[in-house]
Amino acid sequence: MRSKVTLARLARNPQARYGLIALVLLLALAYVGPFFGPYDWTDKDFTSFLSPPSADHWWGTTQIGQDVYAVTLRGMQKSIVIGFLVALFSTGLAALVGAFAGYFGGWVDKALMWVTDLLLVLPSFLIIAIISPRLKGASWLWFVVLLGAFSWMITSRVVRSMTLSLREREFVLAARYMGIPGWKIILRHVVPNLSSLLIIDATINVSAAIIGEAALSFFGFGVQPPDVSLGTLIAAGSDKVTGYPWLFLFPAGLLVLLVLSVNLIGDGLRDALDPGSNK
Amino acid sequence: MNEPTTGRDAPILEVSDLNVTFRGGIKAVRGVSYQLRPGEVLGIVGESGSGKSVTSLAVMGLLPEGAEVTGSVRLHGKELIGAREEDLTRLRGKSVSMIFQDPLSAFTPVYTIGDQIAEAVRIHQKVGKDKAARRAVELLDLVGIPHPDVRAKAFPHEFSGGMRQRAMIAMAIANDPDVLICDEPTTALDVTIQAQVLDVLKTAQRETGAGIVMITHDLGVVAGLADRVLVMYAGKPVETGTVDEIYYRPRQPYTMGLLASIPRMDRPTERLIPIEGNPPSPAALPPGCPFAPRCPLKVDACDDAEPELERIGTGGRMSACIRSHEIDLKGLDGATVYPVPEAPAQREERRPRAERETVLKVDDLIRHYPLMKGAVMKRRVGTVYAVDGISFDIAEGETLALVGESGCGKTTTLQQIMQLQAPQGGTVVVLGKDSAKLAKAERKGLRRDLQIVFQDPMSALDPRMPVGDILAEPLRAHGHKDAKAIRARIDELLTLVGLAPEHAERYPQHFSGGQRQRIGIARALALEPKLIVLDEPVSALDVSIQAGVINLLEDLKVRLGLSYLFVAHDLSVVRHIADRVAVMYLGKIAEIGAVDEVYGAPAHPYTRALLSAIPLPDPELERSRERILLKGDLPSPANPPSGCRFRTRCPKRALLGEAEARKCEEAEPAVIRLAPAGDHGAACHYPENTEAVAAPGV
Repeated sequence: MRSKVTLARLARNPQARYGLIALVLLLALAYVGPFFGPYDWTDKDFTSFLSPPSADHWWGTTQIGQDVYAVTLRGMQKSIVIGFLVALFSTGLAALVGAFAGYFGGWVDKALMWVTDLLLVLPSFLIIAIISPRLKGASWLWFVVLLGAFSWMITSRVVRSMTLSLREREFVLAARYMGIPGWKIILRHVVPNLSSLLIIDATINVSAAIIGEAALSFFGFGVQPPDVSLGTLIAAGSDKVTGYPWLFLFPAGLLVLLVLSVNLIGDGLRDALDPGSNK
Repeated sequence: MNEPTTGRDAPILEVSDLNVTFRGGIKAVRGVSYQLRPGEVLGIVGESGSGKSVTSLAVMGLLPEGAEVTGSVRLHGKELIGAREEDLTRLRGKSVSMIFQDPLSAFTPVYTIGDQIAEAVRIHQKVGKDKAARRAVELLDLVGIPHPDVRAKAFPHEFSGGMRQRAMIAMAIANDPDVLICDEPTTALDVTIQAQVLDVLKTAQRETGAGIVMITHDLGVVAGLADRVLVMYAGKPVETGTVDEIYYRPRQPYTMGLLASIPRMDRPTERLIPIEGNPPSPAALPPGCPFAPRCPLKVDACDDAEPELERIGTGGRMSACIRSHEIDLKGLDGATVYPVPEAPAQREERRPRAERETVLKVDDLIRHYPLMKGAVMKRRVGTVYAVDGISFDIAEGETLALVGESGCGKTTTLQQIMQLQAPQGGTVVVLGKDSAKLAKAERKGLRRDLQIVFQDPMSALDPRMPVGDILAEPLRAHGHKDAKAIRARIDELLTLVGLAPEHAERYPQHFSGGQRQRIGIARALALEPKLIVLDEPVSALDVSIQAGVINLLEDLKVRLGLSYLFVAHDLSVVRHIADRVAVMYLGKIAEIGAVDEVYGAPAHPYTRALLSAIPLPDPELERSRERILLKGDLPSPANPPSGCRFRTRCPKRALLGEAEARKCEEAEPAVIRLAPAGDHGAACHYPENTEAVAAPGV
């Protein structure tokens, strides 16, 4: 009933509709596109360096003969995967920390909120920049963990305050008086009832994570070569933007489109889930 | 209604064929017409969703955009529908005033009450600031606020609920309006405060000579106050007439059922008569009469067309039912027309109370909360004496009702019992086990036998779980693993509370309030408990639905041999369902005993005041009875009066001699059994008319 209403409202919201269509197209481009391109992202065409877009190399080539189309799509795949994983990780962490702190209160609350506040005041960019070179050679998943570990705090505070009011709701009291343990009540009654907040938050986190990843990779702290992401590609193309614009414009344009479409969906979801809005 | 429209008796407010349609084709109000003459009180009665509030908002022109209003509303012959917003603004507060249900949200929190009333005066009258302020103080005095000159400088949050509602009335009558619209003005208040506010409303009407439109769901409130009554159902008026006609000779089946379904203080033992089914959704009205699906007098012709209001007999009496004339001729009433549900036979002869097992024993229970101040350095500035030493016990198969006004500690008592932890002071013994000495496994085991039903059926069920899962939760938590057995038990439970097994797949929001409360009861029954704590289980329900749930609770008690701890503020419901009653005041028990004895011969002055404050759905009785009006509000539980806690409001104390009255100040009365034989005790030094009124000093 509720989800049906939400979906109907989401579909009625033009922003969200266009965002959703754009995101589906971008995902299709990133994952289906490479099969149609003539080159693989590891291929190097030694007959053409820095050639502009042509029938053979659709989006041109780099100075070592890589096909920009193939490389950009590969980088986009990485950015998307990192974005979604970070969002999932940070929202999940935010939900658990916030709900446990809010539900149990007392010293659990104090300890968890102390950690949260501590992480909030730490300069995350700097710390990731310092730690990530030490992870060279390790899996890029560590990078996901790092990004996620610094982006959950504000949501978790919101979750905590919402849990404080949910905790007094009678269905939670009923479960407690039934003799159901606290962690089960959190997972079964508290977190599902925060789902609208969490869905919105996760969506917004996707775009934040994609931008964060791109920014860190741009400065060389994120995804390490030979792997590519939109951030590393933009970094590589930025110094040649005047002479060889295709190196920069394709990854940068795709980044903007990706973040924009995710944000549009996030805004639309917020309107659709908020009973007060008239959209 | 073809009354003259000119002359002294000309109606001030004329509403004719008012229709309100919300976005999506939801017809909230369909063809409401009424007239209001000066000094007249018109009661608009209906259950939630009947469109009574929307009607008044439409009259005031306060509906949100997107609501389509048609018809005519004429104030002194001037049309209001379609009038310009500036013209309406000039009328609002001047000619037409409104009193809302929630007085907290009706005041701006950042200005003082006096300023806000003065502002209301200055908007419509050309007077100076100081004169307006003086007028505000006068008005506050008129509505019975003590020390009005001081209290005018107070902010809304410093007023109690009852005082805010009085201030609201003061603001509404500030400009001597011709029409006063009251939308459930006393619903959020306790009975003793309600009695005060109703009294103030009568004063206000006397002062201003205004016509009052009184919107309420409480048939008792209307009975004593209204001259004429309009009954609404599914957005349409179904019956209108003078108050006596409606109450004593209802001619429309819905009105008849509504009156029959109210628990009556004066007829406690009769079985309640519920109206089956639920009001139709305004988005999906049945083709014919909207009440036909629930009507016991339904004939085939009812489905053909919706009946219009038709005149019956002489005078302004109208009813919308094709069988009204027949009802009138035969002189039928609700009790004969509606099927009286049969009470289940008592399984066995009750053993005397002393021989039955005690399922719950609370002894000198204490719960104090520290009052903290300061953000960084928290320090204790006082203590809230929420529950301050109460004792009672419940025998097997018995219902004990805990009654009291809000803030008296009922809910805290419940929580202390349900938590099954060691209380701050005193003991709680459930089924012979002391809650302070329970091991973890024992506590969980005991939870099987102790269950709770909550007040608000909206909030008591997790909205994200289907009903089947909600009912399965206690079963799974207590070790039922077999999915088939759980499923069978769910079907059984749903049938037991009058729902269908296929309802298990639906979510709580698909059910009406009464059905949800039944689901809540089914959940409490899942583990076959011995004692159920009922926290105001029917106070959120409409009367016609409430009757069905009360009957269900009574049936279940007899069939399953349950004991109830029934917490309520509605004394007529308590009279109906309880065997024993404990009246609480400010964390203490004021009076306790068998229902018949407490209601029949209340000994504590507080109980007497409570009982006299309940509005009866009987205009004759209501007009003739004498009310004991209590002064002031409940004192703060953080700073209870010394000695007897009730002494600050006690009407009896005024009649005592000085020496006698001093005792109330100095010594706190304990609950004393009034007669050696009876089951009745009161915590008063000078209880009413019983042998216990011994020589002073006892």
